[in-house]
Amino acid sequence: MKAIVHVMLKNGVLDPQGEAVRHALGALGFDGVNGVRQGKVIELDLADGISEADVTAMCEKLLANTVIESYRVEMG
Amino acid sequence: MKAAVVVFPGSNCDRDLAVAFRAAGAEVEMVWHKDTDLPSDIDIVGVPGGFSFGDYLRCGAIAANSPICKTVKSHADKGGYVLGICNGFQVLTETGILPGALLRNEGLKYICKTVGLRIETSQSAFTEGYNAGDVVDIPIAHHDGNYFADQTTLDALESEDRVAFRYTDNPNGSQRDIAGILSDNRRVLGMMPHPERAADAGHGGTDGQALFRAVVGQLTSA
Repeated sequence: MKAIVHVMLKNGVLDPQGEAVRHALGALGFDGVNGVRQGKVIELDLADGISEADVTAMCEKLLANTVIESYRVEMG
Repeated sequence: MKAAVVVFPGSNCDRDLAVAFRAAGAEVEMVWHKDTDLPSDIDIVGVPGGFSFGDYLRCGAIAANSPICKTVKSHADKGGYVLGICNGFQVLTETGILPGALLRNEGLKYICKTVGLRIETSQSAFTEGYNAGDVVDIPIAHHDGNYFADQTTLDALESEDRVAFRYTDNPNGSQRDIAGILSDNRRVLGMMPHPERAADAGHGGTDGQALFRAVVGQLTSA
């Protein structure tokens, strides 16, 4: 089974990389992009019996830093 | 007085930190990240700068979960002294020993230069060799030194006099110009600037010497 973990900087935490991407899009002529937030996607290939609660524990302990990041788990 | 300096794969300021501790009079032992124990009678643990584990996932995140860091955390929990510099500061926030986190620099650039730091408190073993308000010149060299914490945490750090250093000219977007903070028992210091790179006349500056002399002196007489 696979799990996909999406990690994003929390709202209110400045994302300078997202800002730089937004500027670059504007420079390429893509108007109308009001904001860009950049995060990461982590794919986990899991053995049978690993639950969503286990993946949540992984997020809390390592995959996300909850001081600055939020995360969302998709079990697939 | 004995100091341990932790070495991770990718640490690159570990030997400089050991030299600075020794020059101030400490005996130094290096410890490897896979070690589970600190040598006996360790008075202070140094967590050095560098790029532990290639900064994979987040700066300091993998190192913070290494075997030695569990031991460093229990050393700190028991009231032991810890000094985390640059990547070491990132590791200490990732372990939860110090509050907050270090984000990518606001300008997105890696910055390597000497900056002005204002000593915000002399009330710690690390900063008692300075006077509050003094401005010293210490090098920085980081890509992710933008200190972030929520407003409540920042207010608490200020009201408890736990901001050790502020940048005189904020280079990286750090909240409230914070360059270094102390733990609530004032025995753990995390800072982005590198005092070990300003600890010998050959470095071009010696403003970091007072930090090592103070903490080694304090722990030697204790």
